[in-house]
Amino acid sequence: MAAELAPQLSLSEALGSRPHPVRRSAARVWSGLWPKLGAAVLLVVIWQLVVWSGWRSQSALPGPWPVVERLAGDLRHLDFYAAIGLTLRRVAFGYAIAAAAASIVAILIARIELARRAVGSLLVGLQSMPSIAWFPLAILLLQRSEGAITLVVVMGAAPAIAAGLLSGIDHVHPLLIRVGRAMGADGLRLYRHVILPAALPAFVGGLKQGWAFAWRSLMSAELLVVATNQSSIGQLLQSARNLNDAQQLLAIMVVIFVIGIAVDSVFGMLDTAIRRRWGLLGMEA
Amino acid sequence: MSNLLALSEKHALSVERLTVAFSHGEELLLALDGATFEVKRGEFVCVVGASGSGKSTLLNVLAGLDRPSAGRAHVHGRVALIFQESALLPWLTAAGNVELALELRGVSASVRQELAYELLGRVHLAGFEKRRPHELSGGMKQRVALARALAQDADVLLMDEPFGALDAISRDLLHEELERIWKESRLTILFVTHNAREAVRLGDRVMVFTSRPGRVAQEVHVNLPRPRSLDSPELAVIAGRITDRLKHEMFGEAVI
Repeated sequence: MAAELAPQLSLSEALGSRPHPVRRSAARVWSGLWPKLGAAVLLVVIWQLVVWSGWRSQSALPGPWPVVERLAGDLRHLDFYAAIGLTLRRVAFGYAIAAAAASIVAILIARIELARRAVGSLLVGLQSMPSIAWFPLAILLLQRSEGAITLVVVMGAAPAIAAGLLSGIDHVHPLLIRVGRAMGADGLRLYRHVILPAALPAFVGGLKQGWAFAWRSLMSAELLVVATNQSSIGQLLQSARNLNDAQQLLAIMVVIFVIGIAVDSVFGMLDTAIRRRWGLLGMEA
Repeated sequence: MSNLLALSEKHALSVERLTVAFSHGEELLLALDGATFEVKRGEFVCVVGASGSGKSTLLNVLAGLDRPSAGRAHVHGRVALIFQESALLPWLTAAGNVELALELRGVSASVRQELAYELLGRVHLAGFEKRRPHELSGGMKQRVALARALAQDADVLLMDEPFGALDAISRDLLHEELERIWKESRLTILFVTHNAREAVRLGDRVMVFTSRPGRVAQEVHVNLPRPRSLDSPELAVIAGRITDRLKHEMFGEAVI
């Protein structure tokens, strides 16, 4: 009986666990980190080698060290943080709208056959359309305003998020749906308790992709809309170019790169947590 | 046409000339063709049939997941369905799966957890409440599925080859478990299997289904005292006769 098997099972589990869980999780973080660090070091080395080759003058292509020094200098100025803050607020706002709108649209498409036939193929088209193509229209409609920037971010992120959720809903195992219905879940309750949780991994995939699009779209938009007199990352980038200040330019690029990676790795962690919960991860070292 | 097969209080479910057809491309596939039988309240009935005898379809219709093409299938009271794969929701713990069934039944949030733990205790899973499905063995998953079915407070339990994927020992244990729960709770059970011994081990009555399309070919009353052993010679004799009949059904099909 299970009751008799229980002690054995917990014993084997006890044998499986190591005495130092903290050290173990530190080792896990390290094992995930070192390839990334290695790649970063390699990148910097290549960069330095190109600079040393004398392909371009130091003023056009400064080496890593001057850029790091410049970045450290920038980080001592409050204005720099204000610029980053504005950009992050913009992307958060646009992304939140995109996620909400995309979720509603995806559920409607999944629920209503007519909506699927009408919007389903449109979604694919929108996904492959560079969102910056919306920008001229956005400026016509909303002038060079925050609204125009938000619209571009939303149009960039929403199709990917909607497509992720929709494919998650479409690929829910039919057995789980039958189980839900057999337990008396119907309509909305079936969605809430079975379909949406089951679609979560694909949804997170869509959110992750949507983030990348949102970030990209915002950078394009900020480069184009310099008119608003507030300082943003894109605006700093543009003015660094105007001043031929290559060090500043590269320092800001580093910031853009780091923010992109940081947010992406948050989604990565979310994905891993879900897969661990579901038992979809292999045995870990 | 009114209730000719009087839906008397004695019957937990009745199936009358049930026909189910599926369209498969151009052609129509008959899964069930005029199946007729009744199950009394508190009875344990097993259905055996080779693959393609429409056994799963029968359960789906009884559970309200498929519609009959003709005829009627009627269940008196609540139904719970147990599948071959335990079909637990992988993002919920064992207790969470049971609690969901309770929630969907309308049990108030304050007592759900306590009830779920109690039900898991009844299937001998005390201490495993917080495990997720992937951390449980096949037999334990089916125990959770059993607890979840009990949480639905069903009058009729429909089981679709629930122990087909288990090893012999787990299956043996679950036979005992199921028999005990059946006696305690006075459930009506319709148990589908392709294993004649399992059917004779568990059922008051065994119905042998024909293949493609399915209907009742033979009915065997099992009068052996409980609990029965899968290895007893008396059981083997009855199971042997059923297996012969099944082979006949399949052989007939092969010749055509």
